Amino acid sequence: MSSGIEALVNREYAYGFVTDVETDTVPAGLNEDIIRTISAKKNEPEFMLEWRLKAYRRWLTMKEPHWGNVRYPAIDYNSLVYYSAPKSVKPLQSLDEVDPELLRTYEKLGISLNEQKMLSGVAVDAIFDSVSVGTTMRTELSKHGIIFCSFGEAVQNHPELIEKYLGTVVPHSDNFFAALNAAVFSDGSFAYVPKGVKCPMELSTYFRINSKNTGQFERTLIIADEGASVSYLEGCTAPKRDENQLHAAVVELIALDNATVKYSTVQNWYAGDAQGKGGIYNFVTKRGKCAGVNSKISWTQVETGSAITWKYPSVILQGDNSVGEFYSVAVVNRKQQADTGTKMIHIGKNTKSTIVSKGISAGEGNNSYRGLVRVLPKAENARNYTQCDSMLIGNKCGAHTFPYIEVQNNTATLEHEASTSKIGEDQIFYCKQRGVSAEHAVSMIVSGFCREVFKELPMEFAVEAQQLLGITLEGSVG
Amino acid sequence: MKGARENPAAATAGAAGKSGASSVTTRAPGSIEVYREDFERKMSGPDWLRALRKEGMARFQTLGFPTTKNEDWHFTSVAPIAERTFRLAPLGVGGVKRADLARFDFGENGWHTLVFMNGAFSEELSSNAVLGNGVRVSSLAQAINSGTPSIERHLGKIAAFEQHTFTALNTAFISDGTYIELAADTVVEQPIHLVFVSEGEGVSHPRNLIVAGRHSRATVIESYVSLRDSGYFTNAVTEISLGEGAHLDHYKLQRESEKAFHVGTVQIREARDSQLHSFSLAVGGSLARTNIYTSLDGDAATCTLNGLYLTDGTQHVDNQTSIEHIAPNCPSHELYKGVLDGRSHGVFNGKVFVHPEAQKTDGKQSNNNLLLSPTARVDTKPQLEIFADDVKSTHGATVGRLDDVAMFYLNSRGIGPETARMLLTYAFAADVLETIPLVPLREQLERMVLARLADEV
Repeated sequence: MSSGIEALVNREYAYGFVTDVETDTVPAGLNEDIIRTISAKKNEPEFMLEWRLKAYRRWLTMKEPHWGNVRYPAIDYNSLVYYSAPKSVKPLQSLDEVDPELLRTYEKLGISLNEQKMLSGVAVDAIFDSVSVGTTMRTELSKHGIIFCSFGEAVQNHPELIEKYLGTVVPHSDNFFAALNAAVFSDGSFAYVPKGVKCPMELSTYFRINSKNTGQFERTLIIADEGASVSYLEGCTAPKRDENQLHAAVVELIALDNATVKYSTVQNWYAGDAQGKGGIYNFVTKRGKCAGVNSKISWTQVETGSAITWKYPSVILQGDNSVGEFYSVAVVNRKQQADTGTKMIHIGKNTKSTIVSKGISAGEGNNSYRGLVRVLPKAENARNYTQCDSMLIGNKCGAHTFPYIEVQNNTATLEHEASTSKIGEDQIFYCKQRGVSAEHAVSMIVSGFCREVFKELPMEFAVEAQQLLGITLEGSVG
Repeated sequence: MKGARENPAAATAGAAGKSGASSVTTRAPGSIEVYREDFERKMSGPDWLRALRKEGMARFQTLGFPTTKNEDWHFTSVAPIAERTFRLAPLGVGGVKRADLARFDFGENGWHTLVFMNGAFSEELSSNAVLGNGVRVSSLAQAINSGTPSIERHLGKIAAFEQHTFTALNTAFISDGTYIELAADTVVEQPIHLVFVSEGEGVSHPRNLIVAGRHSRATVIESYVSLRDSGYFTNAVTEISLGEGAHLDHYKLQRESEKAFHVGTVQIREARDSQLHSFSLAVGGSLARTNIYTSLDGDAATCTLNGLYLTDGTQHVDNQTSIEHIAPNCPSHELYKGVLDGRSHGVFNGKVFVHPEAQKTDGKQSNNNLLLSPTARVDTKPQLEIFADDVKSTHGATVGRLDDVAMFYLNSRGIGPETARMLLTYAFAADVLETIPLVPLREQLERMVLARLADEV
């Protein structure tokens, strides 16, 4: 059964192309002048520059963490270019004003803004390299008082919100990569849903890494005010490159009293060639804070790309009765390495968290689940349920589980379950006997394995996720 | 994942525990120097042993004491051990009589028993039983003096002192302990009981070596006890080699004084078709750590690692297990349960590694913790690292308190809250005690658990 499957497994990254757009870049390297330049180019108020410099000075004192179960050559932070923006950036009123080259790129990716607008009713804030070039559906959203724009625009138009919330969940000093991001981030998305408003559509951003040698440092900040609810989608593809590209994003979510934030990600960055060369390094800090009572933050992620993934979307359950969720599918193939999981910090009373993690390892990939559930002394009646399952396909890959459970309150109830399994010859045989090809059988079994997570995804994402899984994995059984 | 953490154990180390490795080198030389001095003073034995001990000392000095930055010691700060200076404990019986030890013999005074006072073998406190042919049990010092060749072949070869600092420290001080050798096809019906009695404020480094030949079978119990409430440090290492088809029931019962420090490592290597049943009890010590490390080297070797830890007061009790699946077709089972009361802190870290060749591995691991008081704390980390695809492996961990519904059920049937609490707690612990095949030992442990729980209500 393996020849057709081999072909699928070894399929070239379908989205590997480079768009030729003039970019406006700063010289490689990092120092205070570069940060001042970035801040000036973005026309930022003084407090932003101060914050960036504070983060940079802190970053200089920090060491790159190496406790993750991932291996990669040392990164020379002084050879990276910390800012690159498409030249044609001007405030745009309609898609006609967008550089046609960019539009063609989106079409190749199958995410044409027009199509998105018309068919799915999704507002798309497309990020090309580090600066957003088109934000749609803003009128519709503004009717409800929802602010959804690029981070840069938010700094210009709503500095009071930025100043109030920026860094309150992921402080500038949080960790090495978060500090670097705070110092040099170029753009990202910002969403604010006012009191009592249920956001009428899914908010969505497509990220794309393009400029050669440019690390991308986005920053996303989403705030759901009292009683508000919002669902946010993030999807990624990147063109093929021979040099590793560093990606150190920061995402901060804030849910105030009775608010709900749902954040879904499909990540399919370039994972490198068969030798594992050239893929993206994805070192991301994602964290949500259930600041208010009865608030809820839910993370759903499908991770199929990147040479290295290092990411732990977390929830701080501060408000009483708050709820945190984490649903994840992580797939590694070839020489990909993923060290991903979550942190659930129970602080308030009657807080609940659910973790469902599905790891699939194929080829020579290594997949680690690393999760922390911490119940602090005042978190009465905390409840956690954790399930992490791994599936191995082939005997050169690895699946690892590092759960940390720390309980300091005896009213807590915690359960952790993990299992590891494989796709059995007998299962494949059973399917083939009934006329289902090996390839379909594998895809069926894997879909079943991931079902609990896929059902958490918004519809259009669920379809995309299934397809990605197919490309990354299908039929690696041999 | 590892930001600033609140670790009461680290807090006792003051700022030093938090600022990482560099502070250890500034804080610890005092105690490491003392170990070095004692090491040089006590150097004896044949050349090969001197060489081994030197290697151990060198490794210990290189590794130093671990900090909580070291993943293996993430939840346990050894600062209370590192900051104190422990001189080698004085030898001699110190007025202890055989009758004093009767309470540790499970009502079975006919068992073959070796008693060690502060790590040194005591002929007068020990008692011999008829064990039959093919089995040799003696003190390690005697066995080394009489030039037993298999000691040199095995000692220091199983217990990995390259990675483990306390094993390196023990290796630097190898002088006495137990040597057990079972010839092929030997079956020893009677359990062999090793009793390590400690007193005073010093340190002892008992070292045991068990070499079980092909298809041999035995039961070995290691008891770590104290007659007085003193703050000594026991740093024990046991190496076990199981030949093809050998079967060993091994018990490690840690009942040290509540002021004592205990680090005990049992490291096992299993050949094909061998079977290990390990049970570890940890109830004593102010700071105690037990490591059970086994390596399934041969096809179809099996291991069962069970354990129970009961803690109270301000005790800190850490259990680490590691199962290396190197060969294919090996099942491993693990069940550890903890009952934590007072302000005590329990830790469990169970690692299962499945190597690429270890296909058809069947690994099951489970850790359950019961928190009896609002201030008790538990950290558990069941860890799987899997490199083979045809593997069934599961692990589970739970933390909780007594079930309100069960309590209500018992109360509604006229059983008072105190008795109900005891009954439910006992039932929780008895689950793992029931797996002990050695009846007198199981019964006494059941009584001990019950008495301990009755004390508390």
